[in-house]
Amino acid sequence: MKASLPRIVLSGAIGLLLADTAMADALTGPVTQQSLNVPAIIMFLIFVGITLYITWWASKKSQSASDYYAAGGNITGFQNGLAISGDFMSAASFLGISALVFTSGYDGLIYSMGFLVGWPMIMFLIAERLRNLGRYTFADVASFRLSKRPVRTLSAFGSLAVVALYLIAQMVGAGKLIQLLFGLNYHIAVVVVGALMVCYVLFGGMLATTWVQMIKAAILLFGASFMALMVLMHVNFSLEGLFNEAVAVHSSGASIMSPGGLVKDPISAISLGLALMFGTAGLPHILMRFFTVGNAKEARKSVFVATGFIGYFYILTFIIGFGAIILVSTNPVFQDSTGAIIGGTNMVAVHLANAVGGSIFLGFISAVAFATILAVVAGLALAGASAISHDLYAGVIMKDNADEKKEVRISKISVLVLGIVAIVLGIAFESQNVAFMVGLAFSIAASCNFPVLLLSMYWRRLTTRGAVIGGGLGLITAIVLMILGPTIWVQVLGHDSPIYPYDYPALFSMAVAFIGIWLFSITDNSASAARERELFDAQFVRSQTGIGASGSVAH
Amino acid sequence: MNGPTHNDTQWREIQRNASFQELVQKRSRFAMTLSIIMLALYMAFILLIAFAPGILGTPLASGMVTTWGILIGLGLIVVAIVLTGIYVHRANGEFDRLNARVLEEIGQ
Repeated sequence: MKASLPRIVLSGAIGLLLADTAMADALTGPVTQQSLNVPAIIMFLIFVGITLYITWWASKKSQSASDYYAAGGNITGFQNGLAISGDFMSAASFLGISALVFTSGYDGLIYSMGFLVGWPMIMFLIAERLRNLGRYTFADVASFRLSKRPVRTLSAFGSLAVVALYLIAQMVGAGKLIQLLFGLNYHIAVVVVGALMVCYVLFGGMLATTWVQMIKAAILLFGASFMALMVLMHVNFSLEGLFNEAVAVHSSGASIMSPGGLVKDPISAISLGLALMFGTAGLPHILMRFFTVGNAKEARKSVFVATGFIGYFYILTFIIGFGAIILVSTNPVFQDSTGAIIGGTNMVAVHLANAVGGSIFLGFISAVAFATILAVVAGLALAGASAISHDLYAGVIMKDNADEKKEVRISKISVLVLGIVAIVLGIAFESQNVAFMVGLAFSIAASCNFPVLLLSMYWRRLTTRGAVIGGGLGLITAIVLMILGPTIWVQVLGHDSPIYPYDYPALFSMAVAFIGIWLFSITDNSASAARERELFDAQFVRSQTGIGASGSVAH
Repeated sequence: MNGPTHNDTQWREIQRNASFQELVQKRSRFAMTLSIIMLALYMAFILLIAFAPGILGTPLASGMVTTWGILIGLGLIVVAIVLTGIYVHRANGEFDRLNARVLEEIGQ
């Protein structure tokens, strides 16, 4: 089985790359364009038709800045929970993790765990305070009692760094995936994804983005549930039977039932765990979703719904991965002449769809994979544009005195620019290894956005100086360590050995951020620092009670 | 509208309110407890993977293929969902009632 991997996963350290591939959404090697998949294209066109109709409907309702950024705060907790899961469950989770389970079994579960545990932490530590303090972006909260301009600038850069990295990985992944699934040209695929993303956000704002994410989550969960059900039916609903059959046919045998090569040493393990866990709590497009509900109660409900759907989804991908071991790896229909999986191991979930549901269901799952990417990039584009218009333009340049209409117009221009940049970079990075980008995005989110946000809500003595210097140091450390680490220094830049020996920077970069924020806050004796500490009590009361929180807008 | 103001003193009154103090104390303690449980379980899982992967690879019973690792991994996913549910249940019930009382008492 292993010999078949390098076709799609870059040749080299396979264990490591598999892990990165799972995170990256990107198929990291050359892929062969497949023949045109007509049912998939028809189903995808239906999805596009419905979502564009919703965008048109949303554009008529979207008037104010609150409509544009936060869907007027009128989304219900359940809807938002579904949309959050649609925002969060990427094509990587679906194809990458099921591929990881397919090749190494248990290791796939380790990844899923990391992605999931961030959610309870968001619930316990962040959700309600975030909702009570902010309006449109998490920078609203981080800069609540601090000096607006420096903190908003830092938060905007943290957001844009995360959005840019995530977006490039998604665009490249989308292009390659669509080549494989639909038989469309890479460039056409990237342009289609970019254009649809711009359409949704530009015309429909948060309302259309929310609906795209909700629909995507629903069809993804339906498709994955059906596949898992068919797999379980095949083994008479016995998990033991499923594992038994998988162990019997897998080249690694019983070792797929225990931790394998994914995590090589304790430092990397802990670092990865921290990045996944706290990175989620620093993703701008996820945090932004909390302002679409009317109050803290609905915000809490949405986290619960999202955690439930996301956890359920990871259990499904685990079953799907094992199902692929018994139904795809044993079937010559899904292998080329050398015995390799057609299209690479990232395609096993798609092949499994064919195995359990025939060509129509295969088309459905292909369309779902495409829809999945669209929903994620739409959320990213909106978050990126909001960082530019709400944080940089309205907050930093206009000092919170921006005209609302003009601010929204700036945001829409930003979406257009982001779309064009994403298309250009998606094409530029076509043959690059972008697998590290999502990992880096999570590390930056955990080392810059998250510490500043958390301490602004919890630590009275935080000052602007501490937040900006500490958060900035966290951001820089994450990027530098990632560049000097094995993923970029060795695999991308081709050096012999890494300067920083671990795969993930989060353990050190988060420590640098927290220590930096602490040190530069407690030594800050300026008058403004004293005022910022004094404002903590008022902020605390509002964060707890919701008094003064921005509410929903009635139409 | 975006940020506290100096002459607004209502928050001082709320801060002294007994119901508010009760709310803050109960909710903070509850959230901290659940966070520590989740963090400890996850870190224990990660450390097990890093230092003693063999434990996770032990079959549930002799002759079985399913390992403790599978049970623990899937169990952690369920625990994460359940803990979140427990928090929402108490926060949207008891804590929100307490919050409503605070608002009532200070005449909001």
